[in-house]
Amino acid sequence: MADNHTIEPQVLPPNPEKATLEGRNKYLGFWFFLGGETVLFGSLFGTYLGLRGGTADGPGPSDLFHVDLVFIMTMLLLTSSLTSVFAIINMKRGNYKGLLLWMTATVVLGLAFLGFEIYEFYEYNHQGLGFGVSAFASAFYTLVGTHGAHVTFGVSWITVLLIRYRKSGLTLTNAPKFYTAVLYWHFIDVVWVFIFTVVYLLGIGG
Amino acid sequence: MSYEKAQSKNVIWDWLTTVDHKKIGILYLAAGAFFFAVGGLEAILMRIQLMFPESSFIQAQTFNELLTMHGTTMVFLAAMPLLFGFMNYMIPLQIGARDVAFPFLNALGFWLFLFGGILLNVSWFAGGAPDAGWTAYAPLSSESPGHGLDFYVLGLQVSGIGTLIGGINFLVTVINMRAPGMSMMRMPLFTWSSFVASMLILFAFPALTIGLLLLMLERLFGATYFGVDLGGNVIIWQHLFWIFGHPEVYILILPAFGIFSEVLPTFAKKRLFGYSAMVFATLIIGFLGFMVWAHHMFTVGIGPVANAIFAVATMAIAVPTGIKIFNWLLTLWGGRIQFTTANLFALGFIPTFVMGGVTGVMLAASAADYQFHDTYFVVAHFHYVIIGGTVFGLFAGVFYWWPKIFGYRLNETLGKVFFWLFLTGFHLTFFVQHFLGLMGMQRRVASYLPGQGLDQLNFISTIGAFLMGVAFIILLVTIFTSMKNTTNVSDPWDGRTLEWTTTTPVPEYNFAQTPLVRELDAFWYEKYEGDGKMKAAEPIGDIHMPNGSILPLIIAFGLFVASFGLIYAVYPLAIVGLIISFIGMFLRSVKEDHGYHIPAEAVKRDKDGGK
Amino acid sequence: MKFIWRLIPVSFILLITGCGVENLSALDPKGPVAEMQYSLIQLSLYIMIAVLVVVFAIYIFVLFKFRDKPGDTHIPKQVHGNRTLEIIWTTIPIILLLMLAVPNVMDTFTLADVGVGEEAEESGEADAEDAERDHVRIEVTANQFWWEFNYPDYDATAGQEMYIPTDTRIIVELQSSDVIHSFWVPALAGKQDNIPGVQNDMWFEAPEEGVYQGKCTELCGPSHWLMDFRVIAVDPETFDTWATNMSEPAEELLEPESEVAVDGRAVFEESCITCHAVGQDGGNIGPNLTNYSEREVLAGFLDPTDENLEAWIRNPQEYKPGNEMPSFDSLTDDEVTALIEYMNTLKVLEN
Repeated sequence: MADNHTIEPQVLPPNPEKATLEGRNKYLGFWFFLGGETVLFGSLFGTYLGLRGGTADGPGPSDLFHVDLVFIMTMLLLTSSLTSVFAIINMKRGNYKGLLLWMTATVVLGLAFLGFEIYEFYEYNHQGLGFGVSAFASAFYTLVGTHGAHVTFGVSWITVLLIRYRKSGLTLTNAPKFYTAVLYWHFIDVVWVFIFTVVYLLGIGG
Repeated sequence: MSYEKAQSKNVIWDWLTTVDHKKIGILYLAAGAFFFAVGGLEAILMRIQLMFPESSFIQAQTFNELLTMHGTTMVFLAAMPLLFGFMNYMIPLQIGARDVAFPFLNALGFWLFLFGGILLNVSWFAGGAPDAGWTAYAPLSSESPGHGLDFYVLGLQVSGIGTLIGGINFLVTVINMRAPGMSMMRMPLFTWSSFVASMLILFAFPALTIGLLLLMLERLFGATYFGVDLGGNVIIWQHLFWIFGHPEVYILILPAFGIFSEVLPTFAKKRLFGYSAMVFATLIIGFLGFMVWAHHMFTVGIGPVANAIFAVATMAIAVPTGIKIFNWLLTLWGGRIQFTTANLFALGFIPTFVMGGVTGVMLAASAADYQFHDTYFVVAHFHYVIIGGTVFGLFAGVFYWWPKIFGYRLNETLGKVFFWLFLTGFHLTFFVQHFLGLMGMQRRVASYLPGQGLDQLNFISTIGAFLMGVAFIILLVTIFTSMKNTTNVSDPWDGRTLEWTTTTPVPEYNFAQTPLVRELDAFWYEKYEGDGKMKAAEPIGDIHMPNGSILPLIIAFGLFVASFGLIYAVYPLAIVGLIISFIGMFLRSVKEDHGYHIPAEAVKRDKDGGK
Repeated sequence: MKFIWRLIPVSFILLITGCGVENLSALDPKGPVAEMQYSLIQLSLYIMIAVLVVVFAIYIFVLFKFRDKPGDTHIPKQVHGNRTLEIIWTTIPIILLLMLAVPNVMDTFTLADVGVGEEAEESGEADAEDAERDHVRIEVTANQFWWEFNYPDYDATAGQEMYIPTDTRIIVELQSSDVIHSFWVPALAGKQDNIPGVQNDMWFEAPEEGVYQGKCTELCGPSHWLMDFRVIAVDPETFDTWATNMSEPAEELLEPESEVAVDGRAVFEESCITCHAVGQDGGNIGPNLTNYSEREVLAGFLDPTDENLEAWIRNPQEYKPGNEMPSFDSLTDDEVTALIEYMNTLKVLEN
């Protein structure tokens, strides 16, 4: 497509991410992808719920989970979703610098979340919850770990976008890319809300 | 890349890097046909073993490997890719599009499928194929010794990702890329049913992805989900597998329904009866397909309430399927039916599939299923629907679309010999298996003891299998001896839909001018209500095309390498493989690729030359 | 198409007259559960044959009437559809399915209800002895590739052959010690799965005495096809004798008379008893052998001849690959002869 060159902000259409057929395809395809991801996490949640009682004399949810740690992680991720919303608002206003800035903030918050998660896993392992100790352990690490892998992928993806497009300005090519990355980030955030409820709150509550 | 450069590529390099949906379609067809032959050979070997009681032709362990690989190959590596071949080739043509939504991902999907399929079959030469059945029930699968099941897990994971990508691509293509006037309710039924099948792929495959992930983590990384001693539960696998597995059978059958809905109207010279009812029935079948997975688990002990609910839900699927059957019959009613080979397969499908359908309803009766379950009755049932439906559909599609895809018509006489042999062989093989099941022959047995009254029917069944094998050889002969029939290949059957408006061979850009669609069966409408030519929706201009790329192959190859690393616990190899893949993805994401333009003059030249 | 037509009447006759081997085929039911299932199968079959007849009739008519005739070039009328017809062929199948769905749901609940003695209580006819013999509970544990039948009320354990009293509700509690298996006695009852970590209950009855064949129907490894068992229905008195003797074999039934058999017992206690029990003594890694010489078959499928037994002992993997029993190649010919002599004395029903 001939939309390679930078377009002046005032010429950009109001929804640059959906201005081209390619952009629309990407946008729609990504929504479908997230639909599939929903089933993926649904299956993991189902597995976890089926196995969370199977602690086999090992540590169980109420022995391990602490609400404060998880609360901090939740706040980090929720805030990062907010910063990514600011980024998209800036994109729609044509403020490319603002977009980059808020996206960088998102990445930093994501990294902080990952740091806590690694600490969390390390700590649980230390308390006797090895990966193969019990069905509960395996199901827990698989569910939360798959989410963590998604966060890692999201962070890397946004970082690649930030580096690749650090100087290009907003174009009809990179607008859909940023937009879908943010969509993905929101999805990860929603999944975490479910993990927070199903795994941690239910776990601590009994 | 410039237009000139794109025109002058080396042939092999061109096919390895192609992002053209038509070439990818042909690749799918070729690879699918190869795996179909492999799976067929496995079936013949099993039938030889079962020809006589207590036969020692094949050892029990090898037999279990054969039955596993036969099922896995036929479902994942033959039926679906062959359907994907037609979907790739035909969906853009049928909706008047120049391309699919994601040409690059489309190519990636194919290479992932191919490498996954190769990986699975490498197991034969690496100490034994998987041996726990295509359903791989835990804990037989999680505790199976050797590497067979590891190949199963990773092979299916890799090819499954490919399928998922393909599904998303078709969904977006259908929604976003239709020609002007091609509303959803004017889409040909094949496109519609492929669209619904893609929807099923999208929502069903992730469950398999997770099932395979769990099995892999348990087998290779010391996790435990199915180990009862450590609090595990073996039924979780069955739920995950069938939440995927039941929609999977509709993924196989719906596009075949679509093919019949193209072939029957064409050769009855009559519009499809009850088009909107057909679309509606397809959607209902797709929806109900997700609601009935536990009917595979009636004997697992999920309780009478669940059994009763799933039984009734399963029976409900007979209603939309019945709607389809009667609409096909009424399409034929009042038509002028031509018995071409393509149509013979469509006509042979109707009674065959109805027989498979009624045994399906019988199986849905949970209390009676306690007798049917896991016997040859079930084997007979699903071969009636999968061969009688999907395979007949594929063969109908082969004879119907062959001229458009390959530029020559298949010999009709040989084709009819092929049809009758295959049909006879098929019924001979599988009809008797209903009785074998009820007479006490359970499924997946490497042999059977004499004196149980099972000998004659098994012998008959094997003879039928031989006939099907011979028929397949005749198909190959037909394909290779018909190459001179190159006349009348653009629209040989008086076609009704847009794919027949293109020239043959179909140019890279499909349509010189995007067609304007004015009715269902757009081409038929223009032929009999208009001047026989499609109206153009745009003037001739430069046409934008995507560049070919070797990256899809590299990404898939990286995962192939990584899989070996995981199977044999050589982690550096796994990391190298993943790095290859990630570099491929990284390059794709970083390098902006704007494709090239075919100049208007070249398009005009093609157009005039083609006339 | 002709071919199918010829097959359908043939198969129909086969079905209604029943086919297959007696006491094996599901088409020749020998007990109330199998009968219930058989009549459901018949009901569904009749409904479905009605559907087939209608579809095939329309199909044949259409193919004949509307076939392309030479010289005919007319273009058929392009009909869009017909709402009335759509409603008709939506409604009629729903009615047909309800005719099947209702009895099916009822049967499903009846079969799931293993509850015992209700009928007897309701009618008030049950006397004390009958109430006691109301039902027999049997724990069925499936193993690769053999079956263990444990009678908790009798403190008895049997391998491979499951004795039951006639006219008594049998409640089987299905379990597995390794992978998933499935318990199927086609002539008596449909199947339920034996699943590790789960217990499935199922009931059936056998009004007639006889030997019924049972099979494992879930792929469980290389010898899946040989994982057969027998259900042997005997009159209640014989069953009582059997169960009592299985629990505590009377001395005279087990005490070998010949000297060779005494030696054989020594061999047994040396080599076999870790895995195989006689009476209460011995392990349960392999089938209980208390009534070995009364077995219908050896290892679930072989003729119980001395030659076969010797061959089996020397190389069990050749006959049932993947089973747990090691080869006893090291035993001398004399030892094996003695062992067989001893095993042939293991019986509980004689006298």
